[in-house]
Parts: sequence; C-alpha cells; structure tokens
Amino acid sequence: MSLNEEKITCLNCPAGCRITVISDGEKIISFKGNNCPKGEKFVNDEMINPKRYILTSVYVNNGTMPLVSVKSTDTIPKDKIISLMEEIKKIKINAPVKVGDIIKENIYENINLVATRSIGLKGE
Amino acid sequence: MIAIIGAGVTGSLIARELSRYEKDVVLFEKNFSAGRGVTKSNSGIIHGGYDDPPGSLRASLSRKGNILYTELSEDLNFRINRCGSHVVAFEKKDFEYINKLVKYANTNGVKSYEIIDREQLKIMEPELNGNALGSFFCSDSGVVNPWNVAVSAVTNLQKNGGEVYYDKKLIRIEKINSGFRLFFEDGTQYEADLVINCGGLFADEIAKMAGDIVPEIFPVKGEYYLLKPEKTLTNSVIFPIPDENTKGCLVTPAIDGGYLAGPTAKKVLSKYDNTNTEEGLSEVRTRAEKLVPNINFRKDPVKTFAGLRPETEEKDFYIDVGNSGIIHVSGIRSPGLTAAPAIAKYVTEYIIQEKLGIKLTERPDFDPKNNVRIIDSFETLEEMNSFIKEHPDAGEFVCYCNKVTKYEIKKAIEQGARSIEDIKFLTGASFGECQGGYCTGKIIEIMLQDKRVKPEDIILNEKNSWLFSSEVRI
Amino acid sequence: MSSNVVVIGGGAAGLAAALKASEEKCDVTLIERDSDVGGVLNQCIHNGFGLDYFKKNLTGPEFKEKLKEKVLSKSNIKIKSGAFVHSVEKDKNIVFIDRNGVNNLKCDSLVITTGAKERPFTSLGISGKRLSGIYSAGLAQKFINMMNLRPGNSALIVGSGDIGLIMARRLTLEGVKVEGVIEIMPYPGGLQRNIKLCLEDFSIPLYLSRAVKYVDGDRRVNKIITTKVDDKFNHIGGDDITFNVDTLVSSVGLVPNVKPFEFLEHSAGFSTTNKNRTSENWIFSAGNSTVVFDLVDYVAQEGEKAGYMAALQAKNDLSPAGKIKLLPGKNIGILYPSYIEKDYESKIYLRARQPMEKGVLLIPELGIEKEFEDIKPSEMIKIKVPAFDKNTDRIEVNLNELK
Repeated sequence: MSLNEEKITCLNCPAGCRITVISDGEKIISFKGNNCPKGEKFVNDEMINPKRYILTSVYVNNGTMPLVSVKSTDTIPKDKIISLMEEIKKIKINAPVKVGDIIKENIYENINLVATRSIGLKGE
Repeated sequence: MIAIIGAGVTGSLIARELSRYEKDVVLFEKNFSAGRGVTKSNSGIIHGGYDDPPGSLRASLSRKGNILYTELSEDLNFRINRCGSHVVAFEKKDFEYINKLVKYANTNGVKSYEIIDREQLKIMEPELNGNALGSFFCSDSGVVNPWNVAVSAVTNLQKNGGEVYYDKKLIRIEKINSGFRLFFEDGTQYEADLVINCGGLFADEIAKMAGDIVPEIFPVKGEYYLLKPEKTLTNSVIFPIPDENTKGCLVTPAIDGGYLAGPTAKKVLSKYDNTNTEEGLSEVRTRAEKLVPNINFRKDPVKTFAGLRPETEEKDFYIDVGNSGIIHVSGIRSPGLTAAPAIAKYVTEYIIQEKLGIKLTERPDFDPKNNVRIIDSFETLEEMNSFIKEHPDAGEFVCYCNKVTKYEIKKAIEQGARSIEDIKFLTGASFGECQGGYCTGKIIEIMLQDKRVKPEDIILNEKNSWLFSSEVRI
Repeated sequence: MSSNVVVIGGGAAGLAAALKASEEKCDVTLIERDSDVGGVLNQCIHNGFGLDYFKKNLTGPEFKEKLKEKVLSKSNIKIKSGAFVHSVEKDKNIVFIDRNGVNNLKCDSLVITTGAKERPFTSLGISGKRLSGIYSAGLAQKFINMMNLRPGNSALIVGSGDIGLIMARRLTLEGVKVEGVIEIMPYPGGLQRNIKLCLEDFSIPLYLSRAVKYVDGDRRVNKIITTKVDDKFNHIGGDDITFNVDTLVSSVGLVPNVKPFEFLEHSAGFSTTNKNRTSENWIFSAGNSTVVFDLVDYVAQEGEKAGYMAALQAKNDLSPAGKIKLLPGKNIGILYPSYIEKDYESKIYLRARQPMEKGVLLIPELGIEKEFEDIKPSEMIKIKVPAFDKNTDRIEVNLNELK
C-alpha cells in the first residue's frame, strides 16, 4: 500500500493553515498542521465534496443603495454555486433592509440567503 | 455665420474673441469636447517670449500672448502661476546660448529677465543639479492648465451667444456665392460667410479641402511624466539648453500640483499616435534626472502621457488668408499656447479687419467674464463658509486630492460636460495623486442622478470610450 | 464645538478607536468623509473578516455593522459624516467642512485613522494609449458591489494583491470573463487562501514574473500585451502573451493616506509608537494610515489601542516616555510600529522581503529569537513584546533565512 502526502490550505479562516494530509488514496490516515479542529472537517469536505459560501449582492428597490450584500448561512457544494447565482441574480427586494434579514429562505438544503448590511429607504 | 474649425486653445480663443463683435459665431470640433487635440497634452508653459527668433510671427505673438494671459485668466477664471523659468547652463559654452537669449529678449521686448549666477541659482532652486553654472531667468514665464484655457474660452463664447458643435469632423469645403458650405462626416452641412481653420495637426489637410496650400504639418511626439507633489522638486520651470528641434526636456511645477517632466521630441508617422513608449519614457527619465537628480522615477510618478505637436519645416506659425478666402491658422507649434490670446487678436484685428477689410463693431452686451466660483479660490475660511451656507453642495467634497466639491461637478455638468474627462478638465477633480481612485465613483454617482443618463452612456472622453457594459442587477 | 477625543476617518480603525475612547468616558467626535461610516469594509462583501476580533467569520459589511451598532448605542459619540478635514492646527483645533459650512472643533487628543488609497495604474509608466477600461481593483469593487455597475465584459487582473484576487472571483461570478492574473514578482502578492478560493476554484491562471508591456485599443481597451520579466523587472523578449480583453483591473498596492497631516513624521504612513503616538504627543494614528495591514482584525485592534491611548492622553493619564527607534534589518520589508515606548507592551508587525520556507526572527536587544515556517511577504509576522527596562536607543529587527 502506497501512501499519498498532500498539502492543503485550509480555507476556514485567513490563518490559512497548511494542512499535511496523508491518505492511502481512498481514506485519510492522518492530519498535520491544522491549528483547530475545523481544519479536519474542511479537509474531509475538500477531498470529497468541496463547499463554499455564496457571497454576492441582490437588487434593492428604493434604497439608499441599489444593491444589498448577501451571504449564504452555510457553505454550499462548489458545483451548485454557478446555478444558484443565476437564481440570486433574479431576486428583487424592497428597502429598508436590516443586516441579518433573510433575503431568500432555503436556497439549498435549509441554507438561507441573508443580508450582510442594512440599507435605508431612499430619501430618509 | 463665422465658422471656426477646431476647438483647441487657438480656435476657442479666436471664437471667443470674435463673439466680442459678432453673435453668429460657431465653433466646430471633431472631438467630444474642447481642447482634446494638441492642447490636451503639452507642457502647459506660458513662455517668456525670449527665445523666439526676432522678426518671426512666433516672437511677436508669444510676447503679446504672455502679457494678455493676466487679464484673460481673471476674465475666464482659470489659474495661472507665474513661477518664472530658468534656462540652465552646465558648461562654459552654454553661456553662448544664454548670451543669444539676452539678445533675443532685448529685441523681442522682454525686460523681465536676469542672469543668475551659480550661488544665487542654488538658493532659488536647491534641488537643481549642483553642477549647474548659472541660468537665464525670466520672471514672467508661468504655467497654466491648457485645456482649462480652451474650455473656459468655450464657456465664455457660449455665454455671449456663440455656439459650439462637437463630434463634427469636417470632410469637405465647397465655395458658394455667399461664402462656403461645410460638409461634416455625420452628414450635416452648414453655410458660413467666413471660415477660420484652426485644425491643429490637421490644419494642412483642411487647407487642402479648400484648395489652399499651407506648410505641411508633421506630428512630433512628446512623452511626459506627471510626478507627485510630495517633495519640492523645482520652484520654476527648468529648461536645459535646447537642441535644434525643441526647447528640450524640462521639469516644471504643474498648475494642479505636482511636477511635469518631459517632453521628448520624436517625429512620428501618425497624427493619432499618442502612445507612450519605453524608449521615450526612459529618455525623459535620463534627461530630467540630469536637471533634478532627486526625482525618484520609481516612487514619484502619478502617470505618464504623450502628446503631439504640429511642426512645420519653417518652424513658425502660418496665419494668413488662402486663395479660397479661408483664414488658415496653421503650424501653431510651441509657443502656441502662449501666443494663443495674441493670435485671437491678430486674426480679428489684423487679418479680418485690416487685411480682409471686414469691419467689426464691438457689441455693447459682450461679457468677457466667466463667473464660476472655484472652492479652492476662497481667500478666507469665512468667505468659504458664507458661500457654503448659500450653496450646500460646495461643502460636499468629491475629490480630496484637489479639493473639488459637488457644487463644481454639478456646474461642470450644467455647462455641458458630457464625459468623465470633461468634468476632470473643467474642475481639476481626479488630477491629483490618486488619479480618480476615490472620486471617479463619486462623479459617476452625480452623473447618474440625472435619470436620463444610463450607465452605458457614461464615457471617459470620446465616443466609444464606454465605462460600463451594463448594470450588475437589473 | 469641542470634544475630548476626535477621530478622523470612520473605517474599522476609526470605529474601534471611537468606541474604546467612549468606553473610557471621553466625549468623542468621529469625522467621516463619506455619507456612511465603514470605509472599505462596505465594498468588501466577501467573508473571512472578524475571526480574531469578533471570533466570528464575517463579511466586510457585517464587520462594519457590528462596530457601527455599538458606536450608535453610545451617547457620548457624535458622528459627523460627509465631512472633509481642511486642517489640523497645533492649538488642537480641527477645521472641517461639511454641507453646513466651515466648522471648528477643539479637542484634547486626536486619532487619525484615514486608511490607505490605491496606487494608480497610471503611475507605473507603462506604454500604451490612454484608454477607457482601466480600473483600480478597489474602484472596480465599488462599482460592482455598491453602485450596481459592471465595468466590462472580459478582464485581465494586473497584480495579485488580495483585492485583485477577490475581484477575479467577483467579476467571474457576475459574468465578466477573467482571462488571468499577472504578477510582476516571482510569488503571489495576496494570501494563499485567496489564490485558492478566487483563482483555483474558477481555473483562472496566475502568471508570475510577468508585466504589462503595452495596452492597446480603440477608445476602450481591447488588447493587453504582457511579457516575462527577470528578477530586476526587466522585460525579457520572446515570451509575450496577448490578452484580448476590454478591461484592465489593477491591484498594484496601497499607499497610506497622510493628507492633510504631512506635518506629522511619516514615511509612507505615519510613524507611530507602540502607543500609537505620532510625532505630536496629542495625535495618535492606527490602521492603514500607518502601514498597510493584511487583516482588518489587526486594524481594528490597533484602532482600539489608539482610542484607548487618546483617551488617556485626553485625561492627562498618559505618561510621555522616551521613544526607541525600531529599525528594519535584514530581510524586513515593512516594520510596525516605528518606535517603542518601553513602559508599555508592543505588538510588532512585519513583512518579509521575500518568501522563505523557514526563517528566524532575531531582535538581539530584547533577547528575542523565534522561528517561523512558510514565510510569505503577503502575510504579516506578528510578535508580542512585553514592557522592558533595558536602556537602548535603537532596536534592530532581523529575519534570517534557515536552510
């Protein structure tokens, strides 16, 4: 049995731990270099089903700004992101918006799209 | 109608000068706005008039132009900084040239000069290369923003009932009984009693359209660096001893802050070639460093640019009536910017009135003044305060580098600014150190407040210079 | 008008400074040039912020909203937005201009948190025409994330700084085809995390040791010719790549904003002590107006400290101590702070001049010797130093590569 050694940058946070992963080709045998337990989960996901946050914006009617920034409440499989973006591009909401407001429920497996900033009504 | 072809600094000032006498003055410009050809990219120097060969048209007009700039800048409300200029000698033999300048200056009627010795020069220009032996100093040389001169002349023309049509590229001239018929690329035609050709680089080609011959114009490219204002590099315009083609690569304070180094002088084939080249820029670096060794070309540059100058074999202006009856103002090479106000008077007073015998009468309602207040021009904070109380937009800053407010941006748009560069040139916004990194967004926001303006309509300078392909979310 | 503490600039550092000074029972006025506080956080709609400062993974706007909410809840903080600082006078009078007119504001101490601006592409002296379609990354980010404006159809990113990488992803997700990122250095300028998230995820190529040779087009950019460079950035012929794109997004560095406070000692940014003090005892500075930090969390922490120190100064509780110069030695690019007041702890931030697999940080005067692995210029090295007693007039910081 031959062992593979691979270095993966953990994307959970900007610390960006370089995690050394040893696997036998199918199963991960050991981790090294992660400073927190989230690193292991990340590597597991990354090797089988990489996931990412959606971070984009949605059109706002009648607001002090034309766009509200939004994020998915959890990570979503990478290969779903482009098609979900197409749906998000169609959303239109009305001002005012408060940070944390749900912009769209359940965009993917109980994950919501929420506003990451507040936007007032135009003229206020 | 009097038609002026070309809204460069010369054409704009001639049109404005004519509006002193006539209402029906129309300025035709092929570009999107005034001052976008030769006017746009040059050193912006108001020369002393001491180095033009005595007896040339250049010599007489540049000296007169220099003097006229004082009143003109007050009337049209553009800034002039009479910072003076040095022609610097580095070798003994350079003083032969300086002696020639003294002779020329005396003949041309320039009195405001003195010869500066080594020690005095060190005090006046501490950053200048220590090997400098002395200089010819002229105290009434200065700098302006050339496109501001053109644009403010157009503003005053319009104020006095004259008109300016942009995007009008002349393609044909036909002589008719009552004068001339002008054909433009967009299919429009206009009839004019009198036509004045101020076509800059293309003046020779326009003359040809009328069957006239003027000295051929060949484009000479000048490349420049604009440098940060952080540390003092020079207090005045610094010229080297020139070579036979140009006044040489200079270093000068720029009117909007910072310093300018350049130009090179290279004959090019195309009248549209305003590209920077590594060869040209490296020449500027070498030559400028020779004058002011402390320039840091790694850290100091704000931007680079290049411009073309309309040169002729004769190296003099050609201002005359052609066989066709059209007035050609051609070959306006250096010191064209300096001479432009005098050229305007020469054309109206000498060529039109004396040579053509057309009598012009000054209009009692001519208003020579532009009244746009520039925030930066307030002498005291109290004065600024009371102005803001009346105009709150004047308290909202858009460009921090050059201190331009929303009030001025809106005024520029009211006055017909149609592109980002129009606004830049009219207000000075985004000419600072950050080159619009901050204020471009703010300016666009103000432009988009007019609901008729769509993002796709916003342009940098000319047609097809679009900024946005669409909105992100519709 | 008067206030104990005035803070100029309402980004992460300024908000944190205002909050801290207010908690120290000072009246605070926060002056912000924009209509809203938050600075560049407003346009950084990606996440990865706040893990250190808030112990949460936040987007830029969320980071700002959290700070802003706290600031708004304080009755002793006044926010003056849409205000332009005209001048700061040595008698502790601040002149600012807003839509109401010219205002004078007296203070006991001042915190300057004016952030940084982008270095313009036009300053690089690159050959080519003057065309539309050249944007700095931050401006492009503002267009696309805040102003609802799409800056083009296809793009090349010049410079692999973090904003450039982030923009590669944003543009791609919004349907702008990003043909590549070029970097003049032999290594990337941004965080490894962003190389992966923003480039590798979207198969956007990164070209190292490559520079723009010529920008071509007709009114608008339509072609960018790039060339390979050697280690002195000289163009090497024979390996040109042409990108047929209508947009050039440049991410070629940030420069601290020191205007209109040039009377304070500064190099690129303000020179401050570990107590965030500038060359004037009553003026403090923090965040990107001192040096450009890699994470907003550190900016906020430094802002908080500056607010605290300014509050002490306002209450006459801050003892002036001798300043010891902190000198960058071998392999050190950026070093912060510029001085140490030895009666207070320090957090030293530095950037290596080039990547190293392993290196040792040496501060002999303080007896510090610490090894670091996988050192990259894009990621700051941080080290805490306690208050000390030793008499010295300079402290040199060196980074030696270990083979």
